[in-house]
Amino acid sequence: MRVNQVETSGDEHGSSILDLARADITESSTKTRNCAACPGSGSGSGSMEFQSPYPDQVLENVLENVLHFLTARRDRNAASLVCKSWYRAEALTRSELFIGNCYAVSPRRAISRFTRVHSVAIKGKPRFADFDLMPLNWGAHFSPWVAAMARAYPWLEKVYLKRMSVTDDDLVLLSESFPCFKELVLVCCEGFGTSGLAAVAGRCRQLRVLDLVESEVEDDEVEWLSCFPESQTHLESLVFDCLEFPVNFDALESLVARSPSLKKLRLNGFVTTSQLYRLVIRAPQLTHLGTGSFSASDAVAAGDQEPDYASAFAACKSLVCLSGFREIFPDYLPAIYPVCTNLTSLNFSYANINAEQLKSVICHCHKLQTLWVLDSICDEGLQAVAATCKDLRELRVFPENANEDTEGPVSEVGLQAISEGCNKLQSILYFCQRMTNAAVVAMSKNCPDLVVFRLCIIGRYRPDAVTGEPMDEGFGAIVRNCTKLTRLAVSGLLTDRAFGYIGQYGKLVRTLSVAFAGDTDMGLKYVLEGCHSLQKLEIRDSPFGDEALHSGLHHYYNMRFVWMSSCKLTPHACQEVARALPHLVVEVIRSEEGRSVDDTVEILYMYRSLDGPRDDAPQFVTIMQ
Amino acid sequence: MEVISMKKDQKMGFEETELRLGLPGNNGGSETEVVRKRGFSETESETVDLMLNLSSSKESADPTDNLKASPKEKTLLPSDPAKPPAKAQVVGWPPVRSFRKNILKNSGEENEKGSPNNGSFVKVSMDGAPYLRKVDLKLYNTYQDLYDALAKMFSSFTIGNCGSQVMKDFMNERKLMNLLSSSDYVPTYEDKDGDWMLVGDVPWEMFVESCKRLRIMKGKEAIGLAPRAVEKCKNRS
Repeated sequence: MRVNQVETSGDEHGSSILDLARADITESSTKTRNCAACPGSGSGSGSMEFQSPYPDQVLENVLENVLHFLTARRDRNAASLVCKSWYRAEALTRSELFIGNCYAVSPRRAISRFTRVHSVAIKGKPRFADFDLMPLNWGAHFSPWVAAMARAYPWLEKVYLKRMSVTDDDLVLLSESFPCFKELVLVCCEGFGTSGLAAVAGRCRQLRVLDLVESEVEDDEVEWLSCFPESQTHLESLVFDCLEFPVNFDALESLVARSPSLKKLRLNGFVTTSQLYRLVIRAPQLTHLGTGSFSASDAVAAGDQEPDYASAFAACKSLVCLSGFREIFPDYLPAIYPVCTNLTSLNFSYANINAEQLKSVICHCHKLQTLWVLDSICDEGLQAVAATCKDLRELRVFPENANEDTEGPVSEVGLQAISEGCNKLQSILYFCQRMTNAAVVAMSKNCPDLVVFRLCIIGRYRPDAVTGEPMDEGFGAIVRNCTKLTRLAVSGLLTDRAFGYIGQYGKLVRTLSVAFAGDTDMGLKYVLEGCHSLQKLEIRDSPFGDEALHSGLHHYYNMRFVWMSSCKLTPHACQEVARALPHLVVEVIRSEEGRSVDDTVEILYMYRSLDGPRDDAPQFVTIMQ
Repeated sequence: MEVISMKKDQKMGFEETELRLGLPGNNGGSETEVVRKRGFSETESETVDLMLNLSSSKESADPTDNLKASPKEKTLLPSDPAKPPAKAQVVGWPPVRSFRKNILKNSGEENEKGSPNNGSFVKVSMDGAPYLRKVDLKLYNTYQDLYDALAKMFSSFTIGNCGSQVMKDFMNERKLMNLLSSSDYVPTYEDKDGDWMLVGDVPWEMFVESCKRLRIMKGKEAIGLAPRAVEKCKNRS
């Protein structure tokens, strides 16, 4: 859930790095001018130590105080372009630094502009790397960033990383360099293990948040939970549900007992239900709980008396978010009924429960706003959701069985039901084996607040299951009727017409995800020419070629990245783009075991950068120039 | 843990009598298939479907060609070009994180969640080292290969006399005791029965099969393992 929350906020503040570059250029040119105009100041050196006369100093101080209140990135970027003193004041007062692409700017440049940063967020690999499309060791290393920040930001408090490669040494350096460090959030990261966690736990005495979300963590068999200080901790959030090995339960229990501020606790699948019980009774103040395995305890088999799980849950009066259920024993579901009425977020996406079992829970969840489920609940389960969860804002339906098949447990019926029952829906991710245009059109009309629409028909090239037509009209209706739409993922049988609709109506679309779709270059052209807000474009296995690539030259500097894999691009065309746009880094990537056929591009990944091509590219990456 | 099987058998029964042009194969052959509590109903019309629709989803017949297979595998095409392209497993499709797929597949299995599914990864700890590593035993063909790799991994690693000489020494009871009483490091492993053994006792292939984890002990501490090794020496000669 947290992942999605941060993603949305990240997408809202679409920072234009070209604007920042322009600001840099403006700054140096106005400095030179001022130097020359001011008598007695010597020849313009453009140095940052230029001292302005007293009255301006007062104005700048006032400005700094005012700008402290500006928090939104977009607003800050705009303010920095007004004039040189606003640029300077904004740079001094920006405390949260967001780097949407770790290679778009060097650590040195970022740090020299923003000198008083308390919180840093950095995103690395493109999203398709999550699905094994990016070869290993491509990059996105945290090391140069932490090394630079260790020198420049000794007061750093928060680090948020997504899809970065983080080593144990990085974490050790972090723990040693920032005495005020409070929050570490690692989403979809890899490269580190429990040794690194031990360093953070042991040395960051002010730590409030340690969240590991969908990250790959090595089991070095260092008991990191035992490394927290023995006194009371400041911990507010401890999330480790992605750890695929056991943790020391005694240390965990002791830690929870001495963390009175703990509000969020997400356990991994190795924590048993009886262990969960012991933790919950110690921490009734929790607001977010990940239940761990939730499997049948040994007591069940032995026929022994079990603890009163329901009472333990009932004591958690503040619980609003429930997740976990990694190996759910459905007989335990009644234990969570007491908390359902207050739940706003429920993640059942690891629980293979059926419709009846879901119904028994969902009937109590009237306040639910976020729901993640497995398709094992079937259309029937979705109908129950639609009937009860009138306040639903976000729905994700994951496939229990990810194989392509003719039939599946959820279909257009479930989507239609949700659209009719949940009119406030803002974000949906829906995996299914079959779909119809009618249901998608219905959703476009019933859910006008949709901001994120991601439909994944698992069977590739699959048409409307009833009419046999392409899915063009359905997606066309989405972009036409959902006027707030910023993120779209398409699937099924799609012709160029679908892309025509997207280009014509998708004026606010910032992220577009395409797979196995389209007929000709025209499809991509429609998108590149029409989607003026497009920032992130990821395409795989679609018949778009050189001409289409060329048609986006006017727009690539406005984008965070473009990914095209298994399309019809040639190295020559990629090189032409690189030559036409010198600030664009154009990477042609070979998958490691791929045949190096010279006239096809397996993966194109390109992004704007203020600092030119990176110097850490592995051998299978060719940077076109 | 409850394990409720889907109606796989029923489904396979239908498939045997189906007419189709796709590759022969089944959807539920491998045990890596996620167990479902609910089988979906097969309608009569499906059983006589000629499967001419290209969106039919016959997987390739290779049982290892599944979501757990090497992530680098590309789309496999059927060997017979006359047949329509089968919907073989495609890398990264559908876009579900492997993390999520692995978790679902592992529910219901033994708790070997730490180890990836291809390769024979075992943990290696060394006395005195701050943390442990993992090695894939399938990457090596002999004990010497393994020792070399371990030596690289733990830079202060000293295994003493390695190689065939060591193995010959293991065969000789007296020399074995000498080796173990030195302060050099000695590799040991935990086998399937949970017993700790000296590395080098058994033929390599047998070792790879039975080794669950490795521990590089100081020679002196390994003395306790000597009797078992000595027993094996006696039994062998």
